Amino acid sequence: MKKTHIVLLVCIAAVIMVLLSFMGNLSTYETLASARQKPGKTVTVITQLDKSVEHPIEYDPLKNPNLTEFYVKDSLGNTAKVVYHFEKPFDMEKSDRIVLKGKMQGDVFEITRKDGILIKCPSKYKDDPKAAGNNLSQN
Amino acid sequence: MNSFGEHLLPGQIGHFLIILSLVASLIATIAYSKSTNALIPAEAASWKKIGRTAFVIDAFSVFGVFALIYYIISNHYMEYSYAWTHSDKSLEPKYLLSSIWEGQEGSFLLWAFWHGVIGIVLMKTSKKWEAPVMAVISFAQLCIATLLLGIFVFDLKVGSNPFILLKDSGVMSPENAPAFYSNGILRGDYLELIHRRGGQGLNQLLQNYWMVIHPPILFLGFASTIVPFAYAIAGLWTKDYGGWTKSQLPWSLFSAAILALGIMMGAKWAYESLNFGGYWAWDPVENASLVPWLIMIAGLHTQLIFNATGHSLRSTYLFYLLSFMLILYSTYLARSGDLQDTSVHAFVTSGMNWQLRIFVFAFVIPGLLMFALRYKKIPHIVKEESSWSREFWMFIGSLVLFLSSLAIIIPTSFPLFNKIFGTSLAIGEDQEFAYNRIQIFVAIIIGVITAIGQYLKYKTTNRQLFFKKLMVPTIIALIFSLIVSIFGNIDYDKYGIGYLAAIHLGIFASLYAVVANTSFIWLGLNGKLKAAGASVAHLGFSLFLLGALISSAKKEVLSVNKLNPLNFGPDQKEKGEENLTMFQGIETDMGDFWATYAKDSSTQGGKTMYFHIQMKRKDGKGEFMLVPDLIKNSKGQEGYSANPDAKHYLHKDIFTYISYADKMREGEDTSKFRPTSVAINDTVFYSSGIMILDTVQRNPANKRVQFTESDTAIMATIRVIPFNSGGKPITAQPYFYFRNNRAEYFPDTLITQGLAINLNKFAADQTFEIGVKESTRMTPFIALKVLVFPFINLVWGGVVLMLVGFVMAIVRRVKTLKA
Repeated sequence: MKKTHIVLLVCIAAVIMVLLSFMGNLSTYETLASARQKPGKTVTVITQLDKSVEHPIEYDPLKNPNLTEFYVKDSLGNTAKVVYHFEKPFDMEKSDRIVLKGKMQGDVFEITRKDGILIKCPSKYKDDPKAAGNNLSQN
Repeated sequence: MNSFGEHLLPGQIGHFLIILSLVASLIATIAYSKSTNALIPAEAASWKKIGRTAFVIDAFSVFGVFALIYYIISNHYMEYSYAWTHSDKSLEPKYLLSSIWEGQEGSFLLWAFWHGVIGIVLMKTSKKWEAPVMAVISFAQLCIATLLLGIFVFDLKVGSNPFILLKDSGVMSPENAPAFYSNGILRGDYLELIHRRGGQGLNQLLQNYWMVIHPPILFLGFASTIVPFAYAIAGLWTKDYGGWTKSQLPWSLFSAAILALGIMMGAKWAYESLNFGGYWAWDPVENASLVPWLIMIAGLHTQLIFNATGHSLRSTYLFYLLSFMLILYSTYLARSGDLQDTSVHAFVTSGMNWQLRIFVFAFVIPGLLMFALRYKKIPHIVKEESSWSREFWMFIGSLVLFLSSLAIIIPTSFPLFNKIFGTSLAIGEDQEFAYNRIQIFVAIIIGVITAIGQYLKYKTTNRQLFFKKLMVPTIIALIFSLIVSIFGNIDYDKYGIGYLAAIHLGIFASLYAVVANTSFIWLGLNGKLKAAGASVAHLGFSLFLLGALISSAKKEVLSVNKLNPLNFGPDQKEKGEENLTMFQGIETDMGDFWATYAKDSSTQGGKTMYFHIQMKRKDGKGEFMLVPDLIKNSKGQEGYSANPDAKHYLHKDIFTYISYADKMREGEDTSKFRPTSVAINDTVFYSSGIMILDTVQRNPANKRVQFTESDTAIMATIRVIPFNSGGKPITAQPYFYFRNNRAEYFPDTLITQGLAINLNKFAADQTFEIGVKESTRMTPFIALKVLVFPFINLVWGGVVLMLVGFVMAIVRRVKTLKA
């Protein structure tokens, strides 16, 4: 067996190992309903703020600067309360989409990592002609 | 100027130049291709001449387009959509350039701009390789020009024209913006309305000096990767497979250097102005620019192997082809909108996805096809490299870099896989660790190979000499790394003992590379610094690795909140308790420091609010201020962006940003002044104490205000005695003042008591009416996070040193080529 073959074999083994390690720790995209079926499993859900709640975001840094609670709904119209154990992200109110990564515990979606929330960058609103039109008329 | 007062000429010239560049790059592509394929030298020369002229026209058209966009933005011609969308009159002049590359069109333009510059340099320097290489670059210019075209072919939008007028862009349609229309017809003074309201402005986060320089450098890096690619295509095309690898080498070095610089400038920007608390987050858009660099470095090393020994030409071709293809792929990922659920940086879809896909495939398919068809013909040496040769270990290193890049790009592409195969894969909860636990092993292997690589000689090495020379650096590195491991308190056990061991190994490997590469300048090169480019670059890279390992593993949170810690169970050691609430003026315990939120200030108009945090060492050895700020977002996007501040030491940074400030709260304070009638010496209760009206004076001598005889000012002096103060009073002196027969009131505020007192008026019988207001809003507070990054300067310094090494290598190679 040639040395290059050994090197290649080792590499293939390494690649498989790496892929397996990623697989072992994968999460999947779910809806709020299907996430409820899998309590305790880390899932990713695409949601938006539930505007039907009077105060969709609750954050009182006087009481606890490390706790943000908010209400979301997903594309199927299911709603849930989310508990995020960090400070409120800055542009949360104006987001039209929030991607959550965390676990469903009972009826509450818990996020225990800071990067468990992804909110669209403000600059990106500029690419949306509808939003830009609103700005043009409003400001 | 027309009846609306629009400045149409720059836009018309601009769009003409875009079309001119499209046509010119098409002609350049054809002419250079014809020149490459021509069999008769005279024919080749005449085609080449046409190609040159066409490319120069293309390049200057692009420069012209660039200049015109700048002209439009700097003159605030808001009739243009680009100026309105990306700038504003209030924008500081130094950020006007940033407005250009905030938009997709501007960044494509930047790319084409650098292709133009690079192409002109190649015309002068690439000699017999000019025709095929320039054909490839001209073709890239053609593709980019179509992305800027902005015309409709049967309802299909081709490209996006940066010179489109706001009224034509769809934003200002009668449905979107009815205010601009009367009876369905655009108002004659619409432009005036827009000017009065101003543009949308530049995103606040981009108003940072790094954002002026980072995009041009990064795009120069992107653009430069086409040179190795074009040479590889040229080699396959002309069947002169190994003829270019020596003369082209400075370009590969240049590309690797500039791309690294561009990426790390982005990292520095993220560190200085974003609040994720670091410089690298394994965000898909970051990954997508790192991966081509890793592959470029792999290709650079295999190219060196080929130049020295004749091995590894095939892999050189593969790496250089892939590097540019992955640049295109990353462009697609960042701009197609496919990443918008996984990346904070990605654009939303621009409706040009089909065009971006064609752009990618137009290079990937012919490139890979040519490589596959000619693969067997690319010369290679059947005999294996010796294990005691430099080329063998360099090749292993390149292979590891290539595998490392696969381990990054595959998970990064999950959203795309999901889209194609209908799966729903996502990286697990802990994205950073998912990457780190793999790349730590890459760091270990690369560190060790970088350390020993140069001590090996090409072909074969004298083993005794090898061990003899390497002995001293090895021992020194072992001692150093043992010292760091034992006394450095590196106890990052969040992910278990195995990962901690890997970190220690990584620190050893990078220290080994640092020591070995430094000593190689004397042991291997006898101190000839001119020839030490590689050693210096490797030294810089290993310092960077060391800094990255230590600053991440020993990153420390100072602002630990002990008042309300949260319990996430045993599997979550990192608790959500990293923000501390601080009231103004109240000293707070923070690690080695007493921290006080001393005061805040703001720029004119309140656009930026600065929070002054005084950090006093508990051991009394000095104090300093941290001034993080909040910037009000540009128009149409209410809210704030946090901008960190850091105290830089040689060996660490103390880094802080505001997570919340009560000043951000919208709306006015709702609590009201409660009126009370009091006579002199009367006592009034408030929620946490009592207050006594001592005196009321006319025009008193006072430190706060100077009154003159012609003024009528009345000031009350009130003793406030809080219950918890042990009888120690605080004095409040509200007053009012008559000017032009109107009273002006000046309440006095006692922040510590959350109390404001106003002197309202005289009442009958020597009594006065005072207003008392109690509010939590009286005491400003912030929630902030303070982090320590030890040895972060090794990260920046290492990159700078690596670049110095690259420059030294480029200078030396260019000199040898000229000699």
